[in-house]
Amino acid sequence: MFCEKAIELIRELHRVSDGQLPAFNEDGLRQVLQEMEALYEQNQADVSEAKAAGRADLIPSIKLRHCCLLRNQRCVVAYLYDRLLRIRALRWEYGSVLPANVRFHMSAEEVQWFGLYKKSLASFMRSIGGQEGLDVTQDMKPPKSLYIQVRCLKDHGEFEIDDGTVILLKKNSQHFLPRWKCEQLIRQGVLEHVMS
Amino acid sequence: MDTPSYFPVPPGVGMEDNFLSLDDILLSQERLPVRTECVFPRLGFLEKSSDSQDIQEGTKMELPLWLCKGLYEKKRKVLSVELPKIYKEGWRTVFTADPNVVDLHKMGPYYYGLGSQMLHFDGPENPDIAKTLLQTFIGRFRRTMDSSQNAYNEDTSVLVGRLDFLEKVLFKSGQSGLNGFQGWEKGQAAQLTASSLVLNYRKRKIVDVQS
Repeated sequence: MFCEKAIELIRELHRVSDGQLPAFNEDGLRQVLQEMEALYEQNQADVSEAKAAGRADLIPSIKLRHCCLLRNQRCVVAYLYDRLLRIRALRWEYGSVLPANVRFHMSAEEVQWFGLYKKSLASFMRSIGGQEGLDVTQDMKPPKSLYIQVRCLKDHGEFEIDDGTVILLKKNSQHFLPRWKCEQLIRQGVLEHVMS
Repeated sequence: MDTPSYFPVPPGVGMEDNFLSLDDILLSQERLPVRTECVFPRLGFLEKSSDSQDIQEGTKMELPLWLCKGLYEKKRKVLSVELPKIYKEGWRTVFTADPNVVDLHKMGPYYYGLGSQMLHFDGPENPDIAKTLLQTFIGRFRRTMDSSQNAYNEDTSVLVGRLDFLEKVLFKSGQSGLNGFQGWEKGQAAQLTASSLVLNYRKRKIVDVQS
Protein backbone atom coordinates (compact mmCIF):
# COMPACT_ATOMS: atom_id res chain seq x y z
CA MET A 1 0.00 0.00 0.00
CA PHE A 2 1.19 3.49 -0.70
CA CYS A 3 2.00 6.11 1.96
CA GLU A 4 3.52 3.65 4.43
CA LYS A 5 6.66 5.77 4.90
CA ALA A 6 4.60 8.89 5.48
CA ILE A 7 2.56 7.28 8.26
CA GLU A 8 5.79 6.04 9.84
CA LEU A 9 6.93 9.67 10.17
CA ILE A 10 3.69 10.51 11.94
CA ARG A 11 3.98 7.48 14.24
CA GLU A 12 7.51 8.57 15.14
CA LEU A 13 6.22 11.90 16.42
CA HIS A 14 3.14 10.42 18.06
CA ARG A 15 5.29 8.01 20.07
CA VAL A 16 6.96 10.96 21.79
CA SER A 17 3.75 12.44 23.10
CA ASP A 18 5.20 14.64 25.85
CA GLY A 19 6.44 17.28 23.44
CA GLN A 20 10.09 16.32 23.07
CA LEU A 21 11.74 16.75 19.72
CA PRO A 22 13.08 13.57 18.07
CA ALA A 23 15.84 13.74 15.45
CA PHE A 24 14.86 15.16 12.07
CA ASN A 25 14.09 12.23 9.80
CA GLU A 26 15.60 13.58 6.59
CA ASP A 27 15.80 10.14 5.00
CA GLY A 28 12.14 9.38 5.66
CA LEU A 29 11.09 12.72 4.25
CA ARG A 30 13.12 12.16 1.11
CA GLN A 31 11.52 8.74 0.58
CA VAL A 32 8.03 10.21 0.88
CA LEU A 33 8.87 12.92 -1.66
CA GLN A 34 10.27 10.30 -4.03
CA GLU A 35 7.08 8.26 -3.75
CA MET A 36 5.07 11.38 -4.51
CA GLU A 37 7.16 12.04 -7.61
CA ALA A 38 6.67 8.46 -8.84
CA LEU A 39 2.89 8.61 -8.27
CA TYR A 40 2.69 11.97 -10.04
CA GLU A 41 4.56 10.72 -13.08
CA GLN A 42 2.40 7.61 -13.35
CA ASN A 43 -0.66 9.81 -13.19
CA GLN A 44 0.66 12.18 -15.85
CA ALA A 45 1.24 9.24 -18.17
CA ASP A 46 -2.21 7.78 -17.49
CA VAL A 47 -3.97 11.13 -17.96
CA SER A 48 -2.40 11.72 -21.36
CA GLU A 49 -3.29 8.17 -22.36
CA ALA A 50 -6.86 8.61 -21.15
CA LYS A 51 -7.18 11.81 -23.17
CA ALA A 52 -5.45 10.56 -26.31
CA ALA A 53 -6.80 7.02 -26.51
CA GLY A 54 -10.14 7.82 -24.84
CA ARG A 55 -9.58 5.31 -22.02
CA ALA A 56 -11.96 6.55 -19.39
CA ASP A 57 -11.53 3.34 -17.40
CA LEU A 58 -8.13 4.59 -16.21
CA ILE A 59 -9.82 7.32 -14.22
CA PRO A 60 -10.41 5.32 -11.00
CA SER A 61 -6.69 4.48 -10.82
CA ILE A 62 -5.78 8.11 -11.44
CA LYS A 63 -8.11 9.08 -8.65
CA LEU A 64 -6.55 6.54 -6.30
CA ARG A 65 -3.03 7.78 -6.97
CA HIS A 66 -4.25 11.32 -6.48
CA CYS A 67 -5.66 10.36 -3.07
CA CYS A 68 -2.26 8.89 -2.18
CA LEU A 69 -0.53 12.11 -3.24
CA LEU A 70 -2.87 14.15 -1.06
CA ARG A 71 -2.32 11.77 1.84
CA ASN A 72 1.47 12.01 1.55
CA GLN A 73 1.19 15.78 1.42
CA ARG A 74 -0.99 15.82 4.52
CA CYS A 75 1.43 13.62 6.46
CA VAL A 76 4.48 15.66 5.48
CA VAL A 77 2.84 18.99 6.33
CA ALA A 78 1.53 17.68 9.67
CA TYR A 79 4.98 16.25 10.49
CA LEU A 80 6.76 19.53 9.82
CA TYR A 81 4.09 21.59 11.59
CA ASP A 82 4.09 19.44 14.72
CA ARG A 83 7.89 19.72 14.91
CA LEU A 84 7.60 23.50 14.76
CA LEU A 85 5.10 23.41 17.65
CA ARG A 86 7.61 21.42 19.68
CA ILE A 87 10.43 23.81 18.81
CA ARG A 88 8.25 26.72 19.82
CA ALA A 89 7.67 25.02 23.20
CA LEU A 90 11.47 24.87 23.59
CA ARG A 91 11.73 28.65 23.58
CA TRP A 92 9.30 28.85 26.49
CA GLU A 93 10.85 26.01 28.49
CA TYR A 94 14.56 26.38 27.86
CA GLY A 95 14.96 30.06 27.09
CA SER A 96 16.83 31.55 24.17
CA VAL A 97 19.86 29.32 24.22
CA LEU A 98 19.22 25.69 23.38
CA PRO A 99 21.53 22.93 24.62
CA ALA A 100 23.64 21.28 21.94
CA ASN A 101 21.93 17.90 22.06
CA VAL A 102 18.55 19.46 21.28
CA ARG A 103 19.89 21.64 18.48
CA PHE A 104 21.42 18.52 16.98
CA HIS A 105 17.92 17.14 16.38
CA MET A 106 16.81 20.16 14.34
CA SER A 107 17.28 20.65 10.62
CA ALA A 108 18.95 23.83 9.32
CA GLU A 109 15.61 25.37 8.37
CA GLU A 110 14.20 24.64 11.83
CA VAL A 111 17.17 26.35 13.48
CA GLN A 112 16.51 29.34 11.27
CA TRP A 113 12.83 29.30 12.21
CA PHE A 114 13.75 29.19 15.88
CA GLY A 115 15.92 32.28 15.44
CA LEU A 116 13.09 34.17 13.73
CA TYR A 117 10.59 33.11 16.40
CA LYS A 118 12.95 34.30 19.15
CA LYS A 119 13.27 37.64 17.40
CA SER A 120 9.54 37.93 16.97
CA LEU A 121 8.88 37.12 20.63
CA ALA A 122 11.58 39.54 21.76
CA SER A 123 10.21 42.46 19.72
CA PHE A 124 6.72 41.68 21.05
CA MET A 125 7.97 41.69 24.63
CA ARG A 126 9.76 45.00 24.03
CA SER A 127 6.63 46.60 22.64
CA ILE A 128 4.44 46.02 25.69
CA GLY A 129 4.81 47.15 29.32
CA GLY A 130 6.12 50.69 28.76
CA GLN A 131 9.78 51.72 28.46
CA GLU A 132 11.62 48.53 29.29
CA GLY A 133 9.21 46.00 27.88
CA LEU A 134 7.78 43.02 29.75
CA ASP A 135 9.27 39.55 29.95
CA VAL A 136 6.25 37.30 29.55
CA THR A 137 8.29 34.15 29.98
CA GLN A 138 8.71 35.04 33.68
CA ASP A 139 6.25 34.51 36.51
CA MET A 140 4.59 31.42 35.11
CA LYS A 141 3.12 30.86 38.54
CA PRO A 142 1.70 33.74 40.64
CA PRO A 143 4.57 35.10 42.76
CA LYS A 144 4.14 35.19 46.53
CA SER A 145 7.33 37.03 47.49
CA LEU A 146 10.18 39.02 45.95
CA TYR A 147 12.97 36.83 47.29
CA ILE A 148 13.00 33.04 47.43
CA GLN A 149 15.09 30.37 49.07
CA VAL A 150 16.82 28.13 46.54
CA ARG A 151 19.10 25.13 46.73
CA CYS A 152 21.63 24.39 44.04
CA LEU A 153 21.24 20.99 42.39
CA LYS A 154 24.47 21.03 40.44
CA ASP A 155 27.54 23.18 39.99
CA HIS A 156 26.80 26.16 37.82
CA GLY A 157 29.75 28.43 38.56
CA GLU A 158 29.43 32.09 39.43
CA PHE A 159 26.22 34.04 39.33
CA GLU A 160 25.93 37.81 39.53
CA ILE A 161 22.83 39.52 40.91
CA ASP A 162 21.65 43.08 40.34
CA ASP A 163 23.50 44.81 43.17
CA GLY A 164 26.84 43.42 41.98
CA THR A 165 27.31 40.57 44.46
CA VAL A 166 28.65 37.41 42.95
CA ILE A 167 27.31 34.12 44.28
CA LEU A 168 29.06 30.81 43.74
CA LEU A 169 26.54 28.12 42.82
CA LYS A 170 27.95 24.91 44.16
CA LYS A 171 25.99 21.69 44.52
CA ASN A 172 23.77 21.63 47.64
CA SER A 173 24.46 25.25 48.62
CA GLN A 174 21.42 27.28 49.67
CA HIS A 175 20.84 30.91 48.84
CA PHE A 176 18.25 33.63 49.35
CA LEU A 177 17.91 35.25 45.94
CA PRO A 178 15.55 37.54 44.02
CA ARG A 179 12.83 35.59 42.32
CA TRP A 180 13.20 37.06 38.85
CA LYS A 181 16.86 36.10 38.64
CA CYS A 182 16.30 32.48 39.60
CA GLU A 183 13.19 31.62 37.64
CA GLN A 184 15.06 30.69 34.48
CA LEU A 185 17.57 28.53 36.36
CA ILE A 186 14.83 26.75 38.32
CA ARG A 187 13.03 25.94 35.07
CA GLN A 188 16.20 24.46 33.70
CA GLY A 189 16.65 22.28 36.77
CA VAL A 190 19.85 23.94 38.02
CA LEU A 191 18.28 25.34 41.17
CA GLU A 192 15.49 24.00 43.35
CA HIS A 193 12.90 26.20 45.00
CA VAL A 194 12.80 25.40 48.71
CA MET A 195 9.50 26.11 50.46
CA SER A 196 9.84 26.68 54.16
CA MET B 1 0.43 21.97 37.91
CA ASP B 2 3.08 22.22 35.25
CA THR B 3 1.81 24.61 32.59
CA PRO B 4 2.39 23.00 29.21
CA SER B 5 4.05 24.83 26.32
CA TYR B 6 3.51 22.18 23.67
CA PHE B 7 0.00 22.35 22.24
CA PRO B 8 -0.49 19.75 19.50
CA VAL B 9 -3.34 20.14 17.03
CA PRO B 10 -6.34 18.40 18.65
CA PRO B 11 -8.36 15.73 16.81
CA GLY B 12 -11.62 16.76 15.16
CA VAL B 13 -14.94 16.29 16.94
CA GLY B 14 -17.48 13.77 15.64
CA MET B 15 -17.51 13.56 11.84
CA GLU B 16 -14.89 16.29 11.45
CA ASP B 17 -11.26 15.66 10.71
CA ASN B 18 -8.45 18.15 11.44
CA PHE B 19 -5.91 18.25 8.62
CA LEU B 20 -2.87 18.80 10.85
CA SER B 21 -3.88 16.63 13.78
CA LEU B 22 -1.55 13.64 14.30
CA ASP B 23 -4.35 11.79 16.12
CA ASP B 24 -6.72 12.20 13.19
CA ILE B 25 -4.08 11.04 10.73
CA LEU B 26 -3.51 7.88 12.75
CA LEU B 27 -7.25 7.33 13.11
CA SER B 28 -7.77 7.54 9.36
CA GLN B 29 -5.10 4.86 8.90
CA GLU B 30 -7.49 2.22 10.29
CA ARG B 31 -8.44 -0.40 7.67
CA LEU B 32 -11.96 -1.09 6.48
CA PRO B 33 -13.33 -4.03 4.49
CA VAL B 34 -14.46 -2.81 1.06
CA ARG B 35 -15.76 -4.20 -2.19
CA THR B 36 -14.67 -2.56 -5.43
CA GLU B 37 -17.50 -1.68 -7.80
CA CYS B 38 -15.30 -0.92 -10.81
CA VAL B 39 -11.98 -1.95 -12.31
CA PHE B 40 -8.74 -0.26 -11.19
CA PRO B 41 -6.33 -0.79 -14.08
CA ARG B 42 -2.59 -1.19 -13.42
CA LEU B 43 -2.99 -1.32 -9.64
CA GLY B 44 -3.12 -5.08 -9.28
CA PHE B 45 0.01 -5.06 -7.14
CA LEU B 46 -1.92 -3.52 -4.25
CA GLU B 47 -3.96 -6.66 -3.83
CA LYS B 48 -1.87 -9.56 -2.67
CA SER B 49 -4.21 -12.47 -3.34
CA SER B 50 -4.43 -12.17 -7.13
CA ASP B 51 -1.68 -11.86 -9.74
CA SER B 52 -3.51 -9.82 -12.33
CA GLN B 53 -2.34 -6.44 -13.49
CA ASP B 54 -5.63 -4.76 -12.60
CA ILE B 55 -7.90 -4.86 -9.57
CA GLN B 56 -11.06 -6.54 -10.85
CA GLU B 57 -14.56 -5.38 -10.17
CA GLY B 58 -16.10 -7.02 -7.15
CA THR B 59 -12.79 -7.66 -5.34
CA LYS B 60 -12.99 -7.75 -1.59
CA MET B 61 -10.04 -6.06 0.06
CA GLU B 62 -9.06 -3.92 3.01
CA LEU B 63 -8.30 -0.28 2.44
CA PRO B 64 -7.38 2.44 4.93
CA LEU B 65 -10.11 4.93 5.89
CA TRP B 66 -8.45 7.88 4.15
CA LEU B 67 -8.48 6.05 0.82
CA CYS B 68 -12.09 4.96 1.26
CA LYS B 69 -13.16 8.52 2.02
CA GLY B 70 -11.21 9.85 -0.96
CA LEU B 71 -12.57 7.33 -3.46
CA TYR B 72 -16.14 7.06 -2.19
CA GLU B 73 -18.83 8.64 -4.35
CA LYS B 74 -22.56 8.83 -3.61
CA LYS B 75 -23.48 7.24 -6.93
CA ARG B 76 -21.68 4.11 -5.67
CA LYS B 77 -19.87 3.11 -8.81
CA VAL B 78 -16.40 3.06 -7.23
CA LEU B 79 -16.43 1.41 -3.80
CA SER B 80 -18.86 0.02 -1.33
CA VAL B 81 -17.68 0.08 2.25
CA GLU B 82 -18.72 -2.68 4.59
CA LEU B 83 -19.25 -1.97 8.27
CA PRO B 84 -16.65 -3.48 10.59
CA LYS B 85 -18.38 -6.05 12.80
CA ILE B 86 -18.35 -3.96 15.96
CA TYR B 87 -20.72 -1.48 14.35
CA LYS B 88 -23.10 -4.14 13.09
CA GLU B 89 -26.43 -5.23 14.55
CA GLY B 90 -25.00 -8.04 16.72
CA TRP B 91 -22.45 -5.95 18.58
CA ARG B 92 -24.81 -3.00 18.77
CA THR B 93 -27.20 -5.01 20.95
CA VAL B 94 -24.29 -5.94 23.24
CA PHE B 95 -23.42 -2.26 23.62
CA THR B 96 -26.99 -1.25 24.37
CA ALA B 97 -27.35 -4.05 26.92
CA ASP B 98 -24.35 -3.04 29.06
CA PRO B 99 -21.80 -0.55 27.75
CA ASN B 100 -19.49 -0.85 30.75
CA VAL B 101 -18.61 -4.49 30.21
CA VAL B 102 -16.95 -4.10 26.84
CA ASP B 103 -13.20 -3.77 26.35
CA LEU B 104 -13.14 -0.88 23.89
CA HIS B 105 -9.37 -0.90 23.61
CA LYS B 106 -9.47 -4.41 22.17
CA MET B 107 -12.33 -3.56 19.80
CA GLY B 108 -9.96 -1.33 17.86
CA PRO B 109 -8.64 1.57 19.93
CA TYR B 110 -10.62 4.16 17.97
CA TYR B 111 -14.18 2.95 18.54
CA TYR B 112 -15.89 6.36 18.70
CA GLY B 113 -13.61 8.00 16.14
CA LEU B 114 -13.93 5.30 13.51
CA GLY B 115 -17.66 4.96 14.16
CA SER B 116 -18.17 8.68 13.56
CA GLN B 117 -16.13 8.52 10.35
CA MET B 118 -18.20 5.55 9.10
CA LEU B 119 -21.19 7.91 8.99
CA HIS B 120 -19.59 9.53 5.91
CA PHE B 121 -20.42 6.49 3.82
CA ASP B 122 -24.22 6.90 3.65
CA GLY B 123 -24.98 3.41 4.92
CA PRO B 124 -28.60 2.46 5.65
CA GLU B 125 -27.83 1.76 9.32
CA ASN B 126 -26.27 5.18 10.00
CA PRO B 127 -28.95 6.52 12.39
CA ASP B 128 -28.68 3.34 14.48
CA ILE B 129 -24.89 3.46 14.55
CA ALA B 130 -24.95 7.11 15.58
CA LYS B 131 -27.43 6.38 18.35
CA THR B 132 -25.42 3.40 19.65
CA LEU B 133 -22.19 5.43 19.70
CA LEU B 134 -23.85 8.14 21.70
CA GLN B 135 -25.57 5.77 24.15
CA THR B 136 -22.36 3.80 24.72
CA PHE B 137 -20.45 6.97 25.45
CA ILE B 138 -23.09 8.20 27.87
CA GLY B 139 -23.18 4.82 29.59
CA ARG B 140 -19.42 4.64 30.10
CA PHE B 141 -18.69 8.25 30.82
CA ARG B 142 -19.75 8.21 34.45
CA ARG B 143 -17.35 5.44 35.37
CA THR B 144 -14.44 7.04 33.48
CA MET B 145 -15.04 10.37 35.18
CA ASP B 146 -15.35 8.86 38.64
CA SER B 147 -12.20 6.80 38.33
CA SER B 148 -10.16 9.69 36.94
CA GLN B 149 -11.21 11.96 39.81
CA ASN B 150 -10.50 9.45 42.54
CA ALA B 151 -7.33 7.65 41.52
CA TYR B 152 -4.64 9.78 43.14
CA ASN B 153 -1.02 8.65 43.08
CA GLU B 154 -1.79 5.07 42.14
CA ASP B 155 -1.26 2.71 39.25
CA THR B 156 -4.10 3.36 36.81
CA SER B 157 -3.27 0.73 34.20
CA VAL B 158 -6.23 -1.46 35.19
CA LEU B 159 -8.65 1.45 34.93
CA VAL B 160 -7.29 2.70 31.62
CA GLY B 161 -6.78 -0.67 29.94
CA ARG B 162 -10.32 -1.09 28.64
CA LEU B 163 -10.84 2.47 27.47
CA ASP B 164 -11.03 3.69 23.92
CA PHE B 165 -8.72 6.49 22.74
CA LEU B 166 -11.22 9.29 23.34
CA GLU B 167 -11.96 8.04 26.87
CA LYS B 168 -8.22 7.82 27.58
CA VAL B 169 -7.81 11.49 26.67
CA LEU B 170 -10.68 12.41 29.00
CA PHE B 171 -9.19 10.27 31.77
CA LYS B 172 -5.80 11.94 31.41
CA SER B 173 -7.32 15.39 31.53
CA GLY B 174 -9.31 14.42 34.64
CA GLN B 175 -6.12 13.16 36.30
CA SER B 176 -4.21 16.32 35.50
CA GLY B 177 -7.00 18.40 37.02
CA LEU B 178 -7.01 16.21 40.13
CA ASN B 179 -3.23 16.44 40.52
CA GLY B 180 -3.33 20.18 40.05
CA PHE B 181 -6.00 20.58 42.71
CA GLN B 182 -4.18 18.36 45.19
CA GLY B 183 -0.99 20.28 44.55
CA TRP B 184 -2.79 23.54 45.22
CA GLU B 185 -4.26 22.20 48.45
CA LYS B 186 -0.79 21.25 49.67
CA GLY B 187 0.50 24.71 48.91
CA GLN B 188 2.68 23.58 46.05
CA ALA B 189 1.00 25.92 43.58
CA ALA B 190 3.40 28.75 44.34
CA GLN B 191 6.48 26.55 44.19
CA LEU B 192 8.54 27.08 41.09
CA THR B 193 9.39 23.76 39.50
CA ALA B 194 11.76 22.58 36.83
CA SER B 195 10.07 22.23 33.50
CA SER B 196 9.01 18.64 32.86
CA LEU B 197 10.25 18.96 29.26
CA VAL B 198 13.74 19.84 30.48
CA LEU B 199 13.79 16.91 32.91
CA ASN B 200 12.70 14.52 30.19
CA TYR B 201 15.43 15.72 27.85
CA ARG B 202 17.96 15.17 30.60
CA LYS B 203 16.69 11.65 31.28
CA ARG B 204 16.94 10.86 27.62
CA LYS B 205 20.45 12.27 27.37
CA ILE B 206 21.62 9.98 30.17
CA VAL B 207 20.04 6.99 28.45
CA ASP B 208 21.68 7.92 25.13
CA VAL B 209 25.11 8.25 26.73
CA GLN B 210 24.75 4.87 28.40
CA SER B 211 23.65 3.01 25.29
